[in-house]
Amino acid sequence: MADNKLGRQTVTFKNFPQIYTAFSTAGKKEGRGPLGNWFDSILEDDKIGQKTWEEAETKMLKDTVVGAVRKAGIDKHEIDVIFNGDLINQLMSSSYAVRELGIPFLGLYGACSTMSESLIMAGAFVNAGYSKYAAAAASSHFCTAERQFRMPLAHGNQKPPSAQLTVTGCGCALLRESEGAAGCCEGKPVYVTGGTIGKIVDKGINDTNMMGAAMAPAAVDTIETHFRDTGRDPEFYDMIFTGDLGKIGKNIVKDMLGKKGFDMTKNYEDCGCMIYGEDQDAHSGGSGCGCSGSVLCGYIFQNMKKGIFKNVLIVSTGALLSTISTQQGESIPGIAHAVAISTEKERV
Amino acid sequence: MKKSKNEKDAKKRYEEYVSRFTPGSRSVSNGIKAFVVGGALCSAAFVVQNFIQQNFGLESKEAGTIVTVGLIFAAQLLTGLGLYAPLAKFAGAGVIVPITGFANSMVATAMEFKSEGPVLGVGSKLFQLAGPVIVCGISVSVIVGLIYYVMGIFDFKLPWV
Amino acid sequence: MEWMEILKVFLVGGIICLIGQLLIDYTKLTPARILVIFVTAGAVLTALGLYEPLVTFGKSGATVPLPGFGYNLAKGAMNAVQTDGLMGALTGGIKETAAGITAAIFFGYLIALIFDPKPKS
Repeated sequence: MADNKLGRQTVTFKNFPQIYTAFSTAGKKEGRGPLGNWFDSILEDDKIGQKTWEEAETKMLKDTVVGAVRKAGIDKHEIDVIFNGDLINQLMSSSYAVRELGIPFLGLYGACSTMSESLIMAGAFVNAGYSKYAAAAASSHFCTAERQFRMPLAHGNQKPPSAQLTVTGCGCALLRESEGAAGCCEGKPVYVTGGTIGKIVDKGINDTNMMGAAMAPAAVDTIETHFRDTGRDPEFYDMIFTGDLGKIGKNIVKDMLGKKGFDMTKNYEDCGCMIYGEDQDAHSGGSGCGCSGSVLCGYIFQNMKKGIFKNVLIVSTGALLSTISTQQGESIPGIAHAVAISTEKERV
Repeated sequence: MKKSKNEKDAKKRYEEYVSRFTPGSRSVSNGIKAFVVGGALCSAAFVVQNFIQQNFGLESKEAGTIVTVGLIFAAQLLTGLGLYAPLAKFAGAGVIVPITGFANSMVATAMEFKSEGPVLGVGSKLFQLAGPVIVCGISVSVIVGLIYYVMGIFDFKLPWV
Repeated sequence: MEWMEILKVFLVGGIICLIGQLLIDYTKLTPARILVIFVTAGAVLTALGLYEPLVTFGKSGATVPLPGFGYNLAKGAMNAVQTDGLMGALTGGIKETAAGITAAIFFGYLIALIFDPKPKS
């Protein structure tokens, strides 16, 4: 019966749910980075007139969803379900953002892997015919994440070069069934053709300044599984993106997959390495749900629309730790989900 | 969860593997900065203390207390103005280890949790990082006092004191 | 006060901070733990009679860094035991450091109420 799956972990969407529109928002610092021109919206200041940082993240997420809806030219009540998540305890930002939108809501916690997780879920709902329009979103905010997971903003300290910076940013992709979807927005149609659901991989890293190293083995496992399940290889894709491994994690992925016989040196990038410039003092790179969220919904989506990328594999990576697990000395469980996106209706 | 020996070995192997990809901190320049800034901060405190002592006719201990309070206030004001974090980023332990680092840690946490209110937010978070320092410091001082008391009873003195 | 004195202060203060920097760079100790280690070390060294000579030599260089806080706590307790007996162990430490702790709490509270944290740019 299960004819929409390959191997154990890979799903294939034979009805080709289409990413109808995508909207990305970035914080001030991210907006000044190398990808600044690709974001749909850049915050003028990271508090956007709100009382608290949490309210600011909520507003950013809400505005991003509204932006995607507006781009599609539909009413928000036409959206049947939204899958989204963030980093704050009990998905505070997501719940409060959706509270004001009135869209049926399934909250997801995948830490920084949330964007590909929500994309797989929204794709599955649309593919199965449960939804006509389904939204997938993820957000993170430097100031809310930093005070929950790390040190307060004004605290004087020095971060090691392996540390990463939580991205203030948000992405929302609006999916719909491709049947009868008149060419919305200029450019090529972009389809979610399938995905590989990751397993938790934990190599025992418990230093929260080593997120890239903690998550890289999960990305390696998921990417390898994706290739084995689908029979594809790195060459099949124009680009493969991981979410937020940073410089260290990116090099680990290249090395580990290289040893397994997959050449990742040509067409592989990490969103965390792309979002900040060398002069922006981001140490190893960006992290957070909003990292792959904003890069996917901005840079990657627009490049696919333009036809520059035809086949893309996006592998958002997450570190499923909590503040309690850190204090108890537990190691950091890593996870990664891969989503195959294409401008062609080609089955995974 | 208790880790088996195999798991520990695998963890160690992976950590060694990862260290090949990890750049080291710029320790030499960090060390010099910490040494110079820390030394300069202490020297400045010393000069000011002497100045107060001589010009206001105070005892060394009183003058020292005034300087300590001044350092604490200055560090906390800089924290409030958002200048302490960039300073610490540059000087590292040079401003973290002196009493100013302790003062900074109190304001930084308290300010961050202002949105949770003046009592449960600011009031309690003032001690998020400073609390353990005060708790450990005072506890050790009590133990030291007790041992000193017992030593006094037996008229025992450390030979090198 | 002469330059020699200032140089001694500079050396002692600088070296204590340098030790802190090495702990930051070469260990995975969190900032809170490093501060705790310094205060505790200062108190223990004082009890062993090893910190007093450093204070005599380096003055502010030994008292301004956090081990100096531990030094004052331990010295306060020891002095109070000498004058007040057993209860001194409980009262001495805080009495000696009362001004610093109270100032840190009072100014800290005030400043935290006045200012807001700024995001890094």
